[in-house]
Amino acid sequence: MDSALIPEGAKRCSFPIFAVGIAIVGAVVLWGVYAMGLIWWKGLNQTNMNDYYGFALWIWADLAVIAVGGGAFFTGLLKYIFKVDELKNIINFAVIIGFICYSSALLILAIDIGQPLRGWFIFWHANVHSMLTEVAFCLSCYFAVLTIEFIPNILENRQANKVPFFHHLAHNMHGVMAVFAATGAFLSFFHQGSLGGVAGVMYGRPFAVREGLLIWPWTFFLFTWSAAAFGPCFTLLVTKITETITGKKLVKDNVVHLLSKISGWMIITYIIAKIIDTIYWATVTVPGLGFNISHFYSNNGFYGYWILVTEILICGVIPGLILIMKSTRENPTLRLVAIVLGVVGVCLNRWVMVLQIMAIPVLSFDTWALYVPSWQEVATTVLPVAYGIILIAVTYRYLPVFPQEKELNYVQPATETK
Amino acid sequence: MNKENIKAHKFGMVIDLDKCTGCGSCMVSCMSENNVPFKEDESNKKDSITWMRVYKLTNGKSFPDTEIAYLPRPCQHCGGKGDHGHSPCVSVCPATATDYGYDTGIVSQIYTRCFGCRYCMGACPYHARYFNWWDPEWPEGMEKYLSPNVSPRMRGVVEKCSFCYHRFQAARDKAYYDGRDDIEENEYQTACTTACPAGAIVFGDLNNPAHRVHEIVKPDPHPASNNPNVVGKSRNPNVFRLLERLGTNPKVYYLSEREWVRKAGDNYLEGEWDNIKNHHGSESHG
Repeated sequence: MDSALIPEGAKRCSFPIFAVGIAIVGAVVLWGVYAMGLIWWKGLNQTNMNDYYGFALWIWADLAVIAVGGGAFFTGLLKYIFKVDELKNIINFAVIIGFICYSSALLILAIDIGQPLRGWFIFWHANVHSMLTEVAFCLSCYFAVLTIEFIPNILENRQANKVPFFHHLAHNMHGVMAVFAATGAFLSFFHQGSLGGVAGVMYGRPFAVREGLLIWPWTFFLFTWSAAAFGPCFTLLVTKITETITGKKLVKDNVVHLLSKISGWMIITYIIAKIIDTIYWATVTVPGLGFNISHFYSNNGFYGYWILVTEILICGVIPGLILIMKSTRENPTLRLVAIVLGVVGVCLNRWVMVLQIMAIPVLSFDTWALYVPSWQEVATTVLPVAYGIILIAVTYRYLPVFPQEKELNYVQPATETK
Repeated sequence: MNKENIKAHKFGMVIDLDKCTGCGSCMVSCMSENNVPFKEDESNKKDSITWMRVYKLTNGKSFPDTEIAYLPRPCQHCGGKGDHGHSPCVSVCPATATDYGYDTGIVSQIYTRCFGCRYCMGACPYHARYFNWWDPEWPEGMEKYLSPNVSPRMRGVVEKCSFCYHRFQAARDKAYYDGRDDIEENEYQTACTTACPAGAIVFGDLNNPAHRVHEIVKPDPHPASNNPNVVGKSRNPNVFRLLERLGTNPKVYYLSEREWVRKAGDNYLEGEWDNIKNHHGSESHG
């Protein structure tokens, strides 16, 4: 039915099967859209946020998708600027994942603000002292860059590519992509960092606050570094999921091994910095403000030292070690464990840097505040995931996303016998 | 120092916690004065708007040694680190919807500019900022009692105590009309100050030595010797500020002769309080 749109030589499931799959995920999208409509119509009283939890599930989701979407800028940086040529075989997919993550982040922000129609005030009345202003500017600009990076891949669709203008446009855009990759890396450095800065500058919140370099708290650099480190893990994880669902090998092992190795070294260097930061914060920063580290991990029903150990040791040190050692990195099971742990780890870090900050009492006579999201919050957080699945399914079906797919899944044409 | 700076006010208050009975008059007068909407059920204090909130503190001891103190908490109108005006909330607001008045020391909230990101709420350690989760509503007939001097806030924006800024504007207008350069101490008093039956709240200009608030607080204009971020520390041994060590530099001071109450104002490591409790603003600076 849609075979004319499918890349030449590529094998795809039948359209009815594809349509059923899209319809199932589409139902989840509709659920999310319904919740989104409720929130826009009735207001943020549809959530379980409150005056203690001004930032909650959505801001975590926002930070998490931007962190895991960091694979796009970092892979682009490696491919176009550092000329790691093997990564051309995964860059398209990294860009698509990045596009999904960043468009999701913008959507979540549009739901999250109390006066969505005034969203543009952040640009118009910009406060240059606010990290959130920096986030808004860099995020929007980088989303534009990602769109530009995505366009050539769209134009390579079998039918679109027949139009000479689109064909040449895609070709020429590929030629100048290094400029956009560099721009993207520059913008990403600042918005990933400023998202970290959002927490680090809150000097009224001892759990969040960090010293730093000039105007940038250490969390600024840690967030950028962790996104570059764990973003490729997410790219690899989604690639693995796509390979499992399609039943095909889509990227050669040498490419996966290379990206895993780079990610591993980034994770190890990041986690060393994170450990140093944590030790300094625990032994110098917070005691200076009158707190023991135990204050932040006790006397409540959820946040304990387990979260610190899980984030740094189990989901930081362990995946880092697995990915830097050749023997473990090239073991598919261990590699999968490492990239899953890595993705969980960076998401957990973002959770801690949003929700745990809100939970901890600062006034000596205040108490911990725990929070459970409403179904509307959950539905609107699942919405971008469902949207991402649909976009990946559609792009995989109709665009030449994986350059090695044909080679890796070559089927010998059946020879005619008399 | 130029003329503008000489004339700059620094409005603040001191609340005597030994006088406060926890009656809640300050809360009621604040809500009434500032057109604060309320819900049918206000039992969830985490989503109810109370610009002025009274906390109940105990010394944690069992009977017969139990002691209680009530602590009214308006917006602290922080001057920020070094008292430079970069309050925790002002510095983070992406749309400049909350601002620091260098001529008054008051942290304002511009409701029509706020787009409801709530970053300021996250940054405020005092929970002094409130979000309008619902449309503002009053029981039928009560709209007639709304103050025409204060704009009600719409759903989706943050609001907080303004030190009854409209009263300052009215006093300033009157002074101008009368041909005076400045306002008198008693011309500008917040609603909570005037409503407190125990006279526990004293409001005025911390920069003006003739004002009672200055007499009680005796603020040290110089940075504290043990923390350069802290400016305006009280030289009165019974006066303290909430979370002073963070360097937020609030303009709301508290007064108590009870040591456990003063200790509750901040966080201390074990054994630290005994070393810190006698450290007050330098006596050498008049």
